[in-house]
Amino acid sequence: MLRFANPTWFMNFSARVLPWLIGLTLILLGVGLYMAFFVAPPDYQQGETVRIMFIHVPSVWLAMMCYGVIAASSIGLLVWRHPLADVSAKAAAPIGAVFTLAGLVTGSLWGKPMWGAYWVWDARLTSFLILFFLYLGLIALRNAIEDETLAGRLTAILAIVGTVIIPIIKFSVDWWNTLHQPASVVRSGGASIHTSILYSLLVMALAFSVLFFALHMKAMRNEILRRRVASLRVRQVDETLAVQPVQAAE
Amino acid sequence: MLDLGKHAAFIWVSYGVVFASLIGVVIWLIWDGKRQQSLLDRLEAQGVRRRSARSNDDTVN
Repeated sequence: MLRFANPTWFMNFSARVLPWLIGLTLILLGVGLYMAFFVAPPDYQQGETVRIMFIHVPSVWLAMMCYGVIAASSIGLLVWRHPLADVSAKAAAPIGAVFTLAGLVTGSLWGKPMWGAYWVWDARLTSFLILFFLYLGLIALRNAIEDETLAGRLTAILAIVGTVIIPIIKFSVDWWNTLHQPASVVRSGGASIHTSILYSLLVMALAFSVLFFALHMKAMRNEILRRRVASLRVRQVDETLAVQPVQAAE
Repeated sequence: MLDLGKHAAFIWVSYGVVFASLIGVVIWLIWDGKRQQSLLDRLEAQGVRRRSARSNDDTVN
């Protein structure tokens, strides 16, 4: 298992896998968008506005899944102290923040024609907004501390504590009276959406998931390169300092 | 042209925002990757090598 968590192995593996992930993302996005606009019918209540759901729901799912990746990576860092786990957590945070923001904006744009308001302080919306602030907090904390090891550990602790928001988001519609509708896809008793809309939604969700893995992999590659650059700079300074006393002695 | 009814603007803006954000992330990642690779190449061209790279060279030599 540790062999797969080796940065050099990861760089070789990701260089081979990344082009396939990009290709698969483009195909799935193409099929998903075609289904979203030309296959899925207008909803009997929402009308054409249901088409916003094909990007809103995958964005929200990915925002939460990305947080799951950060939490799992954080556990990997704190328990096994593996640097690749820290690379994974750091690389995922900005991507998760973008998916969360996309979920907030699309939800807001769906809410105006359906609810008559861009925003309501409903439990689901508010808890999801807190997730966005949590992402910003993780990024800010990481950037505020110069020592990479300390920054990684403190960010990991915050990420693990923050996982409490995920079940709150998921069950907020059951625990409180909310304007936001209850779960309609992942729920006991099966999905309550007609298959003509459900299949388009699932293809878009799959496209967004593969896209996330491609973006995360690329961000991890960048982070590994950044750490190699930092390590070489330290080595360069060390070598310069080691040569200077010899020259002074001569 | 698709007829998305009276709420078409909300639908188009939603798709526009999401895809603009995702394209922005892709551009940032490509730019950042190229920048880091160029910095690494520059340092290696100056003769600074990682320990692992050095030991590989020693083995080859």
